[in-house]
Amino acid sequence: MRAAVITFPGSNRDGDVAKALKQAGAKVDHVWHADTELPAGTDLVVLPGGFSYGDYLRCGAIAGRAHIMDATRAHAARGGYVLGICNGFQIACEAGLLPGVLARNANLKFVCKRQHLTVERADTPYTSAYAKGDVIDVCIAHGEGNYIADPETLARLEGEGLVAFRYADAEGQATPAANPNGSLNNIAGIYSPKFNVLGLMPHPENLIDSLVGGTDGRGMFASLVGSKAAA
Amino acid sequence: MKARVTVTLKNGVLDPQGKAIEGALKSLGIDGVGSVRQGKVFDIEFDSADKAAAEAALKDACEKLLANTVIENYRVEIGA
Repeated sequence: MRAAVITFPGSNRDGDVAKALKQAGAKVDHVWHADTELPAGTDLVVLPGGFSYGDYLRCGAIAGRAHIMDATRAHAARGGYVLGICNGFQIACEAGLLPGVLARNANLKFVCKRQHLTVERADTPYTSAYAKGDVIDVCIAHGEGNYIADPETLARLEGEGLVAFRYADAEGQATPAANPNGSLNNIAGIYSPKFNVLGLMPHPENLIDSLVGGTDGRGMFASLVGSKAAA
Repeated sequence: MKARVTVTLKNGVLDPQGKAIEGALKSLGIDGVGSVRQGKVFDIEFDSADKAAAEAALKDACEKLLANTVIENYRVEIGA
């Protein structure tokens, strides 16, 4: 598995996601946003968390038009993996890789806390190390994570099983009380129709070491590396 | 030549910032405020005086960057 982690001006989780990928056995290249090509042999492009361009205009809007995003869209169109985490999810939506928008949290608060998620399916390249219905404990840290899409898009996401994760309580119930930001249907992450692009607001890369509170995030990186090995 | 682009949230899209401002206006005792929706204004200067070209360029700019048409509308005004 060869991963290209893109750094935009204002990205700040690129180092953490690189660490998580390396721990799982991936080879990581760091790629600058103004580059126009991905390294040869790139399997996975990672759009990391942070505050690209200071969240100016709209979160992810300017990064979504960066030069490297043309190569990233072409990579996704070929079936290559693209993972957008937090600001990376916002960038993926702004770049047209995923539908919908991450709007301001409904309660206007920046939320920074531990959060349970349900794993909606375990038959994707990102979740094969989990089981369907697993409740995982990860972190969220965002002010604009309120997932919005028009009713047709939402119906398509639900109908085609493209919801990856939902905000839930510790028992795995996706209740309104467990929804930290107002997202429709408690959506925390979504897939593209071919399951090669995943965007999610939570940070699995934070939870890869028991020293810092948990390892529930490891499964995503192990799944990716495993899916490449199996391919 | 000057131009102004106004970007506003579409009807029905939740605007928590507008709601918060609405609450603040009401708490200041400013009368008659029904509701508030927040938007953005971009003032853009063009080198040439070609109105049609500017209008086309601004539409392109709105579609590609200035507005997210999933949740936002935009309006272009070309000035003198």
